[in-house]
Amino acid sequence: MEYTYTIIKDDYANAGKVSSQIKKLFKDLQINPDIIRRMAIACYEAEINMIIHSYGGIIKLTIDDEVHFIFKDSGPGIPNIDLALQPGYSTADERARELGFGAGMGLSNIKRVSDEFSIESCEKGTVLTLGFKVL
Amino acid sequence: MILRDILDVLQAKEIYVNDQEIYDKDFAFVSVTDLMSDALALVCSLGEFTFLLTGLVNAQSIRTAEMLDINTIIYVRNKTPMGDDLAIGVDMKMNLFTTSLSMYEACGKLYETGLKTATK
Repeated sequence: MEYTYTIIKDDYANAGKVSSQIKKLFKDLQINPDIIRRMAIACYEAEINMIIHSYGGIIKLTIDDEVHFIFKDSGPGIPNIDLALQPGYSTADERARELGFGAGMGLSNIKRVSDEFSIESCEKGTVLTLGFKVL
Repeated sequence: MILRDILDVLQAKEIYVNDQEIYDKDFAFVSVTDLMSDALALVCSLGEFTFLLTGLVNAQSIRTAEMLDINTIIYVRNKTPMGDDLAIGVDMKMNLFTTSLSMYEACGKLYETGLKTATK
């Protein structure tokens, strides 16, 4: 099964809506609740990151024996991925902080809860790929 | 500790309750934060036995709780989600309460009850 969701830059009103839909989908598929929770956390953090930091993009979800997410945006890229992965490091603006984000825990948190994690970034965009074992 | 007693300690009032049985449900952990990524990163307890105490009153407090399988939120300083934010809470079947206490006061009172932090 494959699903694609569009994420719009600065769409704070709908921030988290896609992750919520995806979590419901996992529940309907009766995936283990602990794994759903890890996937939901990763998806939500990544969705928020795209809304806050990117020009927008897509989330591609593939479900078979494993679950894979691809978060692909159209820029401006992450200048220093090592720094972005450091807990506490944040470039979130005032608006994001008002929403309760900008703790600098996002990427490191995503990495912590994922079974597979890879990230590539340049000015043209960032591709974050996550994998979860669900069986 | 059942929610009814927790609400008494905090003198908290109902904003919206999806399930009246929640008042008699036992909670053992509280996640206290205004930074949602902190909650997402640090909450390691079972959501079923955890409630969120926060001063962040927008939809993201509700979405974050949902991701963590938490269905009960208590807001400090009489804060109350309004409009679309509240509608999301209703849609998510959350149980929402508010206390006039500050975060500092609320945490002090909850600590005295023996409730444990949900964060590692």
